[in-house]
Amino acid sequence: MLNAILAITGLALAFGLILGYSAQRFRVEGDPIADQVNNLLPQTQCGQCSYAGCRPYAEAIAAGEADINRCPPGGEATVLALADLLGRDPKPLEVEEKEKAVAVIDEQTCIGCTLCIQACPVDAIVGAAKQMHTVVEPECTGCELCVEPCPVDCIAMVPLERGLQDWRWSQPAPSPIEQPRRARRKATEERRESA
Amino acid sequence: MQLHHFHGGLKLDEHKAESTARPLLTMGVPKYLYVPLSQHIGAQTECVVEAGDRIAKGQRIGRAKDYICANVHAPTSGWIRGIVEHPVPHPSGLSAPCIKIETDGRDRWGDDRLEPWRDWRERDPRSLRERVRDAGIVGMGGAAFPTAVKLNPRPGKRIHTLVVNGAECEPYITCDDLLMRTHPEAILEGARIVAHMVGAERVLFAVEDNKPEALRALTDAVASGEHDFIRIVSIPSVYPTGGERQLIKVLTGREVPSAGLPADLGMVCHNTGTLKAIREAVVAGQPLISRIVTVTGPGVREPRNVEALIGTPFADLVAAAGGYRPDVDRLVMGGPMMGFAVGDDAVPIIKGTNCLLATRPQDTPQPGPVMPCIRCGECTRVCPANLLPQQMYWFAKSKDFDTIQDYGLFDCIECGCCAQVCPSNIPLVQYYRFAKQEIWGREKERQKADLARERFEFRQQRQEREEREKAERLARKKAALAKKDSAPTEKKAAIEDAIERARARKTAQPAKERSAQDRERADG
Repeated sequence: MLNAILAITGLALAFGLILGYSAQRFRVEGDPIADQVNNLLPQTQCGQCSYAGCRPYAEAIAAGEADINRCPPGGEATVLALADLLGRDPKPLEVEEKEKAVAVIDEQTCIGCTLCIQACPVDAIVGAAKQMHTVVEPECTGCELCVEPCPVDCIAMVPLERGLQDWRWSQPAPSPIEQPRRARRKATEERRESA
Repeated sequence: MQLHHFHGGLKLDEHKAESTARPLLTMGVPKYLYVPLSQHIGAQTECVVEAGDRIAKGQRIGRAKDYICANVHAPTSGWIRGIVEHPVPHPSGLSAPCIKIETDGRDRWGDDRLEPWRDWRERDPRSLRERVRDAGIVGMGGAAFPTAVKLNPRPGKRIHTLVVNGAECEPYITCDDLLMRTHPEAILEGARIVAHMVGAERVLFAVEDNKPEALRALTDAVASGEHDFIRIVSIPSVYPTGGERQLIKVLTGREVPSAGLPADLGMVCHNTGTLKAIREAVVAGQPLISRIVTVTGPGVREPRNVEALIGTPFADLVAAAGGYRPDVDRLVMGGPMMGFAVGDDAVPIIKGTNCLLATRPQDTPQPGPVMPCIRCGECTRVCPANLLPQQMYWFAKSKDFDTIQDYGLFDCIECGCCAQVCPSNIPLVQYYRFAKQEIWGREKERQKADLARERFEFRQQRQEREEREKAERLARKKAALAKKDSAPTEKKAAIEDAIERARARKTAQPAKERSAQDRERADG
């Protein structure tokens, strides 16, 4: 009896020491999960998730404070990737997915106030005070943060041109039988009504 | 020669006799040609002519600006009438930039025509490869991959065998068959040139056994002393034997590794049409400006093969084949298995157009409604790439793109065998194409996100630095101000010091004076 108690206590002490030492020795700075989540976010820094950027949203997700379906620029793909990473159930997006767009400055109207330059999170707008501004298209993430501050409303979001290179095959529609029961019932009801 | 089998495959109705009954027809020059700038896999070609330019036949009008890219040449002489958005052969049905050429009917070569090299045996492989590149040659079996890239040696990979792909396994298509019947010498010379270029010791020329005339023509054309070097091999006709990997498996019994290339086995595989084009480029100095196209199907009156200039509208080719039959409803570029429907017959032919297939609703039975997968396993039985199509279908459907890659999605050659046998009529190939493009698209988006993160973090760092510098500047200014304030006190101290000294002197002086006065008084 005593031997057993001693043995268990000894083991507990030994492992406690090992664990305590390794907790100090191999301490990880920052939050690795937030980093992984941040890597999956589209980095538009648009704030549409109601957080101040992708990093704060990632931290909120990692802390379990935020849902994973609040990133409209990332779309369904990001929700699925996050669900996969965190082992949560995927959810439909809170807001509808928007078409990808870039900001375009109407250079005739621009007064050179630099407000949009200060708003751009990725430094994609070039210009100087009282000089015309312009958007560097390949760097623009389409976050729309520059639209609001413009005093003369000269920034428009223009949908990206889709050439042959960007064209993609769509996912085939599922078999009518596989559609959810509710949708099927609705369809039959409609048919009955129209008849 | 010992032949092997690949897994699966299908025996399909060939429908080849319709279009081989009539001789090859060389088409005339149409009034307008629309030459697309992007006819190949890879980057779009850069246009080097302007509207109004006079051009000669074979003149380069599009320059390859990337490694995986191909030059585009004027198919005939005439005038450039602009770079216009015109429908192109593509499953999307979208328009793309095309060079519009008004032809002058003279078909005149220019002065800067490539020099014919009859002495190619004495030429360096590198310069021959450069010639293939200059001539804008791409794989003519349909995929249109730039040939010069394929001919480039890879470090540490020695090529010992050139496989010539004359299988042409897809139903209805007969353009390679006609080419082999009519130009066997040219194809064989092309094969010798390529063998010389890559240093191959033998050439395996594979032709399906449903083309006896082509086989005979080729066998007759092989020079008597050359039988050891070039072997014409008759292979059983099973769809898709014409796939590069399947053909190599049939000929040698060896499998090209997943994510590898035939070069990993010391082999390189080229289509017969490509070899003919290489021969024309080297021996005749003629870039790739025309090709043979099969115009066939129950929807045309006189199915046949025509040799047409690149940029000729589909409508002209159909007219050369006797025109449409009534109630044609579908025009397909490529074969019935791997082709895609085009919505408009103004679409021009491109370097990879091997076949035009017109069909009527009564000839193609409508597939029934799509039903759920019942896991019958038929697709697995016929898959020539030895994949599990029904598993990949589930993963594509649920957008599980990591797992689908583990199941070998990128080894799928999109041959369509699985969809053909599926009793539930599931459009399997479209699921795989969707998954592949989605994976590529996500990869691109990831790169974009990485760039955005880099720029955002850099901006944050910059802002922090600016803040810090500002704070430092402020602190310096404050310190300077404090110094200014403290400077007067020093001065004050100095002044006070001086006053003190003066006072001390004063007190000392009166004392002296007084003592002097006292002395005077005492004296007086």
